[in-house]
Amino acid sequence: MTDAVLTFAQTGPRKVDFFSEEAMARVQKRYRAEARFKAYGLGAVVLAGIFVVILLADIVSKGLPAFFEHRIALTVTLDAAKIDPEGKRDIEVLRAADYQRLIYDGLREEFPGVSDRRDRRKLEGLVSTGSGNDLRTLVLRNPSIIGQKTTLPVLLSDDADLYLKGIGTRVERAVGKGTLDIKQQGKTVELVGSAGAFAAPLADVKARLKRLASATEFELQGLSAAQATANAALEARREDLTARVKDFRQRSGDPASAETLDPATMPSELVEIAGGLVRLTEIAPGRAAGVVLLPLAADATRSDSWHRTTYTTPESNRRITDIEIAWLESLRGRKLTEKGFAWRFFTNGDSREPELAGIRGALIGSALTLAVTLLFCLPIGVGAAVYLEEFAPKNRLTDILEVNINNLAAVPSIVFGLLGLAMFLNFFGLPRSAPLVGGLVLALLVLPTIIIASRAALKAVPPSIKEAALGVGASHQQAIFHHVLPLAMPGIMTGTIIGMAHALGETAPLLMIGMVAFIVDIPQAISDPATVLPVQIYLWSDLPEVAFQAKTAAAIMVLLAFLFVMNGAAILLRRRFEQRW
Amino acid sequence: MNKKFLGISVAALAMAVSVGSAVARDQIRIVGSSTVYPFTTAVAEQLGKAGGIKTPVVESTGTGGGMKMFCEGVGENFPDATNASRRMKIGEFEGCQKNGVKDIIELMVGYDGLTLALSKKAQPLKLTRAQVFLALAKQVPGPDGKLIANPYKTWNQVDAALPNRPIEVLGPPPTSGTRDSLHELIMEPGAEQIPAMKALKAADRKAFDAAWKSIREDGPYVEAGENDNVIVQKLETNQNAIGVFGYSFLEENVAKIQGASIDGVMPDMDTIASLKYSPSRELFIYIKKAHISVVPGLDKFAAEYVSDKAAAEGGYLEKKGLVPVPKAKLATSKANIAAQKVMTGEGLSK
Repeated sequence: MTDAVLTFAQTGPRKVDFFSEEAMARVQKRYRAEARFKAYGLGAVVLAGIFVVILLADIVSKGLPAFFEHRIALTVTLDAAKIDPEGKRDIEVLRAADYQRLIYDGLREEFPGVSDRRDRRKLEGLVSTGSGNDLRTLVLRNPSIIGQKTTLPVLLSDDADLYLKGIGTRVERAVGKGTLDIKQQGKTVELVGSAGAFAAPLADVKARLKRLASATEFELQGLSAAQATANAALEARREDLTARVKDFRQRSGDPASAETLDPATMPSELVEIAGGLVRLTEIAPGRAAGVVLLPLAADATRSDSWHRTTYTTPESNRRITDIEIAWLESLRGRKLTEKGFAWRFFTNGDSREPELAGIRGALIGSALTLAVTLLFCLPIGVGAAVYLEEFAPKNRLTDILEVNINNLAAVPSIVFGLLGLAMFLNFFGLPRSAPLVGGLVLALLVLPTIIIASRAALKAVPPSIKEAALGVGASHQQAIFHHVLPLAMPGIMTGTIIGMAHALGETAPLLMIGMVAFIVDIPQAISDPATVLPVQIYLWSDLPEVAFQAKTAAAIMVLLAFLFVMNGAAILLRRRFEQRW
Repeated sequence: MNKKFLGISVAALAMAVSVGSAVARDQIRIVGSSTVYPFTTAVAEQLGKAGGIKTPVVESTGTGGGMKMFCEGVGENFPDATNASRRMKIGEFEGCQKNGVKDIIELMVGYDGLTLALSKKAQPLKLTRAQVFLALAKQVPGPDGKLIANPYKTWNQVDAALPNRPIEVLGPPPTSGTRDSLHELIMEPGAEQIPAMKALKAADRKAFDAAWKSIREDGPYVEAGENDNVIVQKLETNQNAIGVFGYSFLEENVAKIQGASIDGVMPDMDTIASLKYSPSRELFIYIKKAHISVVPGLDKFAAEYVSDKAAAEGGYLEKKGLVPVPKAKLATSKANIAAQKVMTGEGLSK
């Protein structure tokens, strides 16, 4: 201030016009720059927010169906002769009985018409191969029900479950007009009605042919444009396409001609009539022929109440066939299907059947691994931090140590896996795939993080506190352990929890020590084989079954929830115990 | 407080170490091919459900990595069995013998077809193995028959009968067993079909081998990682792209992708099992005889793998995408495991 006055006195008042045009322009420019910077910042936050929202929405929308499962209420006859032929109720005999077969028998009673071996296998494929285990548990818990009939919820297989969740095909249903004559002949049926009875499905088929024609024509045009040299194979293909276009055009142009339905390209057209279901193979305006999927009343020759049903996805484009859909729809029509929360997702270990696979093994594996990690890295990390911060002499050696701790925090995690393989498995001979080894490897991984965070927390405690303790006669160690460390604890805890969250998400180091494995049994101890959550996600994402994609997303949701809880705890600890000076 | 923590953790480590090494292994451990992994895990689960023994632990390490671990020695620290998407090589067999893994039981459990697949929305594609070689090799024969850097950017440059579409192949990285199959099932036989390459084979075997073993790195071949589901997603969005993977993925994803015919044959269960579809391969599992009497349930596991309800037609492995072995061959495998017949190393390739 005095300086300014001095200069002012020496040079005389300098005329500064704060309101000149240039000055105003400069002010405006500064304001604009600030506004631009604010906009960039806001834009960055919004962009990041949008990505997070898209990611979460994608995961949640994919994963939510995995938390639900479909079951059918099936009545099963618990035939004593099949379960316990000797009648001694010996627990070993009861356990060894073929309960899956009993469920299959119950299912066949629901659809007595199914006699063909192939169809039978398809029907049995509707229920999960794990449903027999549920029945076994039920019988073992209460052996007195043997010999009776019991109704129990039976888990459906992954494909059937996906269909009932609406993934697979859409089903359209419309009331049919007029009266149909039914001519049954074994598995085939002819339906004859008035002239316009099948006009609607036929028109749809023709419209589809028209679209096929234009698609083929488009392909043909691409071919003609690309073809520069005369080539025999190309010419043949061109002729084939031309003929097909002509054929499609001709067929779609004539609204009255009969059509056959091709399951590879056409949606499935079905007719519900006389308590049964017929899949059409041939359609003409006034008549149609088809194959029986669900049996019609044997004496039905005429009916005026019928429905037209369409499965919009062509049969060859979906995993579930027409007859399986017919069975499921029939069960649904009889109110035998139910949707429920998939508790088994949280009670089962891994499985190769998507409907049976659960997250429990991985959750417990993660918990055990993290427990081992915490047990090792917290005392060692805090001890190292206290020593380095408060006791270690400041010399070249401790400088090198400090640089190396910082470097270690940036080493790629796979390196720790290699270290774990060489040291814990090959040298110490610890068991492969065990949470003990995983925990040790992850402890090495998060140790630098914890040391750095703990040192920062210790440094943040005001020196006056230590000095006061020393002043009243405490030893250096007493001053630190009684006064400084407790005050630094919230910061240390926050750092530790963030380190733990980091460890929870690691897969790469676990790859080397065999924790990337198919493990069904739930781990009971730290030396049992186990996987962890991120590994489970990785393993599921790699499997071919479509239903595992939903499981993958669901497992990600569980992992995220775990992370939120841990980070939430970190924030809570900080809020509750943090001291400000 | 700190001392107490330290004491506890040291005690825990000491206890854990003693627990870890004192308990003998009562659980089967299997390593090996990621292609066979889905099938072996299914068998393992069935075995676990039947009760009596713990469910075997199956690791997916790749065929080569699995063989290495398998051949390291006999004892509870080494795996009992390994999955392989190809036959054991003579070098691996000798390595096993050297490390004391003398008696190995070989089981052929099924087939896998290597398929080239494209989006269902794209126009079907008919290829020959020679065409695929020309499209993917790093070096191809030029007009004068000498090897030049691969100049082809579109399929119709490879062969005028093919559509005018850019070559875009999403395939496995070099660490994958599927990549080995791509080389051995498509690239090598494809190269042999080309006269200039055949001449090269006669003149300079080394240069020929180098030619089919190297895949171009200038863009048209994209290494898509081991996760085949990602490839399927990419195929759906890009109709020019062609994916390389095992038949089970094609079968599981019929709603989204279609196979390309190779040498005039479309991939399906029948053409692969009869080996008519040229890029198909056999899948194996190797078991240590010395472990059978020590690790409980290992013999049961082997028997379950080749049982009718698993590996035969209509068995649960077929539902998982394995192309089943014909009855006669399955009977041989069953006899091998029943008699515990060990490999002699005859007929193995280098």
